[in-house]
Amino acid sequence: MHFGPHLLLAALEGLVTSAVLALTALGLSLVFGVMRVVNVAHGEFFMLGAVLAWAITTAIGGHPALGFLAALVIAPLIVGAIALVAERLVLRRLNYNPEATIVATIGMLYIIQQLALTFYGPEARPVEPPFNYRILLPWFGYSGYKLSVIAASALLLTATWLVLTRTRIGLVMRATQYDSETAQAFGIPVGRVYGGVFALGAMLAAIAAVLIVPISQAHYLMGQDPLLLSFIVVIIGGLGSLRGTVVAAVLIGLSDGIISMFFSPTLAKIIATLLVAMVLVFRPQGLFGTTPR
Amino acid sequence: MSEASPAKAYALHLGVITLLFVLSFLLPDYYHGLLARIMVLAVFAMGYNMLFGYVGLLSLGHAMFFAAGLYGAGLAVIQLGWSVPAAFAAGLGCGVVVSLVIGLLALRTTGVAFMIVTMMFAQVFYLLILYFATWTGGDQGMVVPQPARVLSLGATSLELTNPTVRYMTALGLFSIVLLVTLAIVRSRYGRVLVAIRENEERTKMLGYDTFSNKLAAVVISGIICAASGAAYALLFGYVGSSFASVQYSILPLLWVLLGGAATTLGPLIGTLFMYYVIDITSGYTSAYLLIVGIALILLVLFFPKGILGSIRQRWLGWLP
Repeated sequence: MHFGPHLLLAALEGLVTSAVLALTALGLSLVFGVMRVVNVAHGEFFMLGAVLAWAITTAIGGHPALGFLAALVIAPLIVGAIALVAERLVLRRLNYNPEATIVATIGMLYIIQQLALTFYGPEARPVEPPFNYRILLPWFGYSGYKLSVIAASALLLTATWLVLTRTRIGLVMRATQYDSETAQAFGIPVGRVYGGVFALGAMLAAIAAVLIVPISQAHYLMGQDPLLLSFIVVIIGGLGSLRGTVVAAVLIGLSDGIISMFFSPTLAKIIATLLVAMVLVFRPQGLFGTTPR
Repeated sequence: MSEASPAKAYALHLGVITLLFVLSFLLPDYYHGLLARIMVLAVFAMGYNMLFGYVGLLSLGHAMFFAAGLYGAGLAVIQLGWSVPAAFAAGLGCGVVVSLVIGLLALRTTGVAFMIVTMMFAQVFYLLILYFATWTGGDQGMVVPQPARVLSLGATSLELTNPTVRYMTALGLFSIVLLVTLAIVRSRYGRVLVAIRENEERTKMLGYDTFSNKLAAVVISGIICAASGAAYALLFGYVGSSFASVQYSILPLLWVLLGGAATTLGPLIGTLFMYYVIDITSGYTSAYLLIVGIALILLVLFFPKGILGSIRQRWLGWLP
């Protein structure tokens, strides 16, 4: 292949990464923005989504599309319920103290990871894509499913944006994010909003995982890279800024796809992590964020 | 606080050291080896406690300081053929350089950003170890050959692979670090650090340069952790990238939280306790990470002060 098509392929792969990353990072960003909680267990919610998707598709059988659709609905709901329970039992009792919640979510990370290892096992297992259709480009054929992942992610991101800006629920969430004490004084049930946001954040990660699992297999350690990449995206995009998160996800996903196609993936990670640490040191509000009050 | 009783505090610490010395002759082989390892790792925890307990800076990247000492000493022996004392010094040197650079950068941030920045720098450090696999052995790690692990003191030479020598060397390092920590904590400088933890703005207003005080604390913490890493490489002969992974940044946090942050003996008790819990439970299940996870959540929910912290609060107010 020549350089042009090679670059196009790298860019397409990068866009698929971006699409999944944007959903995952959006979940992390919402939780941080509204609750000021850094959820280190976010990657494990992602992993749970993928593992549950495998379990559901295996249990249902039949046509792959049927199992996949069921997984797309059920897996995020289960993950959301688990996140809600964790929020009620642990985070709420810690009064959302930033340092204590980090330690507690590290604990959750270990618990979820170990339970997945115990009950799911160390193997990587594939999930069949709902349809196998190859789009033939002049230089190479490309999986239609991967393109549909990009479309689905764009759809979900738009939907989240609409909910946040156009509905009452979104208004309540934004009010809580802006000033939780005043919101409480105006009768907003801040505790319930926190619970809902934490569950929603986990569900977004789970949806992203269900979308990616037909491309990359389900594995109990698969949550680590998305966690780090989501952190990178949320920091570059500005903590708590939705638009910044999406822009940064596309940026990081594309550059990750292109750099790791032409250079060593480890080197790509080193450079990305170092750059982000420097952004955080010298421009803590992110590249697109505004200074917090 | 502990103003009234310097003699009592020093007596307690010397008592603990004596107890560990006596235990060397009483313990069966298995626990003898385990305790030597625990003492070296307790030094790591003490280094972590210096920053987390006394300055209130929660770092999620201390594995890189440990690994700086580990690789600094290990590479000096394996690749350069240095002697044991020189390699140990090389480990300490690496610790100073790494902690100084990281301190200068990371201390520009506070709170949550500080945790994430330290975690990311540690991740970069870890990936660099994997990337330069030709020298570092990558994720396989390296074994420090037995003939190189001999400490020559004039005419006598001590084999660090000998269990008794190993135990006594570990105890020596542990005792030095413990007493130095105690001295630092009780000094004027230690009080400035606690003042920064309690209220940085007010400390600044009182005329203290909080940045350079914090930087010094990061470097002291880095040196202690590097000393632990260097000792680990030389005493146990294994240098591996897993010691630089995120998990080894979280373990010292767990040990310190368990034993009691901002207590001098807390790190030892936390490390000891956690090691025995894992040792006992590993007889029943291989899922020791589950125990770590549950321990973290229970601690932060119900015992945020840790074992010694709670004891100090209830009964022994003079405990340093």
